[in-house]
Amino acid sequence: MLPTPSQTVGPFYGYALPFLQGGDMAPAGHDDSAITVYGHVFDGAGDPVPDALLEFWQPAPDGSRTGAPGSLRRDQTTGGYAGRDGLTFTGFGRVATDADGRYAVRTLPPGGVPYLSVCVFARGLLHHLFTRVYLPGPDCDADPLLTALEPERRSTLIAEATAERVYRFDVRLHGDKETVFLDFP
Amino acid sequence: MALTQQDISREIAERSRAFAEAGQTRHHPARDYAPYRSSLLRHPKHPLVTVRDPEAVELSGPVFGVTDVTDLDADLTRQHAGEPLGERITVTGRVLDREGRPIRGQLAEIWQANASGRYAHQRDQHPAPLDPNFTGVGRCLTDDEGRYRFTTIKPGAYPWRNHTNAWRPAHIHFSLFGDAFTQRLITQMYFPGDPLFAYDPILQSVTDAAARDRLVAAYEHDLSVPEWSLGYRWDIVLDGPAATWLEEGR
Ligand SMILES: [Fe+3]
Repeated sequence: MLPTPSQTVGPFYGYALPFLQGGDMAPAGHDDSAITVYGHVFDGAGDPVPDALLEFWQPAPDGSRTGAPGSLRRDQTTGGYAGRDGLTFTGFGRVATDADGRYAVRTLPPGGVPYLSVCVFARGLLHHLFTRVYLPGPDCDADPLLTALEPERRSTLIAEATAERVYRFDVRLHGDKETVFLDFP
Repeated sequence: MALTQQDISREIAERSRAFAEAGQTRHHPARDYAPYRSSLLRHPKHPLVTVRDPEAVELSGPVFGVTDVTDLDADLTRQHAGEPLGERITVTGRVLDREGRPIRGQLAEIWQANASGRYAHQRDQHPAPLDPNFTGVGRCLTDDEGRYRFTTIKPGAYPWRNHTNAWRPAHIHFSLFGDAFTQRLITQMYFPGDPLFAYDPILQSVTDAAARDRLVAAYEHDLSVPEWSLGYRWDIVLDGPAATWLEEGR
């Protein structure tokens, strides 16, 4: 069957798609293992993009890829968001960039692979883009995607450790130091 | 000088002609579609890097469940004390993969302007009234046949600032999850026969006419409810591979 075409997320998704604790993928606790990934989304002029939406998907620390419900748990009394249940790791996160074009997620380390999968949406972007946040470490040296890239392009996929278990990863949509974006045929 | 609709329509026609001359099919919009001015600095210049890894994490995807929705989420006309203004409609259809298999138990989300063409979003300041009884956000899980169903209000057309006298045809924004992250889709559903189609660079960014038609719902009289609502059907086919396809030797 022929696919339904993509269209831009537009400027007005902000009251519809982001949800309470969307970027708090790590359940409560886990203070000794949880990681934070943060950064900017930039356009081709180097300006921050304040109306982008990033989604994250990853395996659980044990490597399982089944995910779990409860990312956007609803309050069945008020109809609002209840937030995550504090226990379940769903593997899914969603954050909108703020007025400065910045985002942050707090999650658990992915099991079995050195990366988080990212899907980028934005006003002005007619079709989403996939990329990956690679966490620097020995596993990156053996990764088939990374090793196939030119060094300069490869570096756009590898987060920079800025503190213990804190990583910076910027997304550049266009032009200089443009992020590597992926296609899954 | 301010860009006019004529300028944009000329660019749309040029892109359409170039596409026809190339003699290709193309399901999705090009990301560098200049008539939509916001795309100029927000599309990659490098080609996408192809990943052919059967172990790729993207071949699996997030799941959702009954905790992620409430019963009222699918009825956008019942989220406030009063009834919203406008034409009540039912929008339903199936979410399928490229093989025609239903996407079961997955999250479908919608958002839209009210009947006057105004979003309940602070940045939408065009002088049309807000409706205190309409927010314009809905969600549901697809059933075992991949079906979704929303009750809402027909949204109005609205102006935007791509060029002078730019108006978006009426549309509902849809967000869909498949069985794999690769199947993720955000798109817009349009209403049949809208006179604004030809003028809209966002719809026209889908240069393949057959693909563009797939963004337009069908009015279906049997879906209309007597004395209550008008019915539209819109089926959605998600692109991209999933681990389940690979297991089946696809
Ligand atoms: Fe819109």
